[in-house]
Amino acid sequence: MSDTLLKVDDLNVTYPTRTGFTHAVRNASFTLGRERLGVVGESGSGKSTMGRALLGLLPRSARVTAKTLAYEGTDLLNLGERDWQHMRGRRMSMVMQDPKYSLNPVKTVGQQVSETCRLQLKSDGKDAKRRALAMLEAVQIRDPDLVYGFYPHQLSGGMGQRVMIAMMLVAEPDLLIADEPTSALDVTVQNEVLRILDDLVRERGMGLIMISHNLTMVSSFCDRVLIMYAGRIVEECRAADLHNARHPYTRALVAATPSLDARREELATVVRDPEWLK
Amino acid sequence: MIAIDGLDVTFHVKNREIRAVQGVSFEVAAGESFGIVGESGSGKSTVLKAIAGLVPSISRRLEVDGQEAAARRSRADRRKLQFVFQDPYASLHPRKTVDDILREPLEIHRESDIDARVGRALSDVGLLPIHRYRFPHQLSGGQRQRVAIARALILAPPILLLDEPTSALDVSVQAEILNLLKRLRASYSLTSILVSHDLAVVAHLCDRIAIMQFGKLIEIVTAEQLRDGDVGADYTRKLLAASRGFTRVA
Repeated sequence: MSDTLLKVDDLNVTYPTRTGFTHAVRNASFTLGRERLGVVGESGSGKSTMGRALLGLLPRSARVTAKTLAYEGTDLLNLGERDWQHMRGRRMSMVMQDPKYSLNPVKTVGQQVSETCRLQLKSDGKDAKRRALAMLEAVQIRDPDLVYGFYPHQLSGGMGQRVMIAMMLVAEPDLLIADEPTSALDVTVQNEVLRILDDLVRERGMGLIMISHNLTMVSSFCDRVLIMYAGRIVEECRAADLHNARHPYTRALVAATPSLDARREELATVVRDPEWLK
Repeated sequence: MIAIDGLDVTFHVKNREIRAVQGVSFEVAAGESFGIVGESGSGKSTVLKAIAGLVPSISRRLEVDGQEAAARRSRADRRKLQFVFQDPYASLHPRKTVDDILREPLEIHRESDIDARVGRALSDVGLLPIHRYRFPHQLSGGQRQRVAIARALILAPPILLLDEPTSALDVSVQAEILNLLKRLRASYSLTSILVSHDLAVVAHLCDRIAIMQFGKLIEIVTAEQLRDGDVGADYTRKLLAASRGFTRVA
């Protein structure tokens, strides 16, 4: 199957703590093709940890085990740091959540975006600048020449988020993991950013993993959704069917979300069942 | 209960003048729950702060509880309005226990029977006696926001101002806090103003909703009108479409 980008079978991530182990991701299995896959769950459900594990970005203390963790046939479990350098950037990449913390505060936008071109595409300085400017324009930054020389503190949240997306996309990865790429953005800007990602999936056949807690956004944007609870994938369904989900946790999440369509006196609260952990 | 006419708030940053709120007018009746929505920088939180007297403002009229609000508020003025802020991690003093936090407003306003009232306030917001002597870092985000709500309500104010009270919380916790706010609003017969960027949250909690953009009030609609898409301004329509999720442009 050449269309499968990523194959994950029985992925587990544990962290040592003073009293034993914290099981952050439990027995996660899924495959990803050239599609938009959503991963939803509440804080602490392990969704970001899983995203980072796929890119080998977890701290040294984390223990990652799996039966299979393969990207286009390459086993990711036993990659050395040098091999990871070849994987990250051109083949798979990640957009982090918060531009305030994820951009280098003492480097200009231009330096950071063109650095990717120089390292990943082996561009010379001139070519890197040209590509960086074109990419900034592609993510709808109105005045790329001006923003190129800006430092991160001069950017608004929405612009920072777009700069990070530009930084990752300029290397043209085949798989992009986006961790809450729009949670800091206003709804109208959010949809612009989603449109950029959508174009890339359609035009370039990129695979996209969208990590988010926003059910409305994921169900309207993605093709398929994984729902995570306490480190476990409790349900997988088509995004459009999220509102008819089967698992009680998914149903509870949907019912707890205030909606513009249905008027409810009282929102349903999530009653957690220990059975879900088994 | 609250009447605002021609409210202006201007900030001076270096040599620039930022007109955060420009000519905003609305009235909120007693017992009503009013909502303000808008995107970042629309001035929605600043309106709330101006009502509470937390930022200097200019207006033709700014009435709270039937009285013109003075530029400098007296203690009695302040007691009428209580505020719940967005970030429960930042709005509670990290080195004070829940007990200290809830005691403080009562002590400032020289109330009596403080011990019993702190206990009642805790049970009102669904916290247990074991939470009383904990520090904020020993509580979850939802519990902290409950403490912030208890602190606001402990003086039994007629007016509650809520600035994005659930935007830092997970949906399941948000649902609990929204239900709590609805219940308390009824039992305390509160007049409230809720500011949020989330249209669904505002439509859930409020009767009438003001839409703001670039410091100006675009229009005021009822929750039903918002739900039905029966709105006048293009901007409101755009905001509504965006809130319903992603749509592909053909």
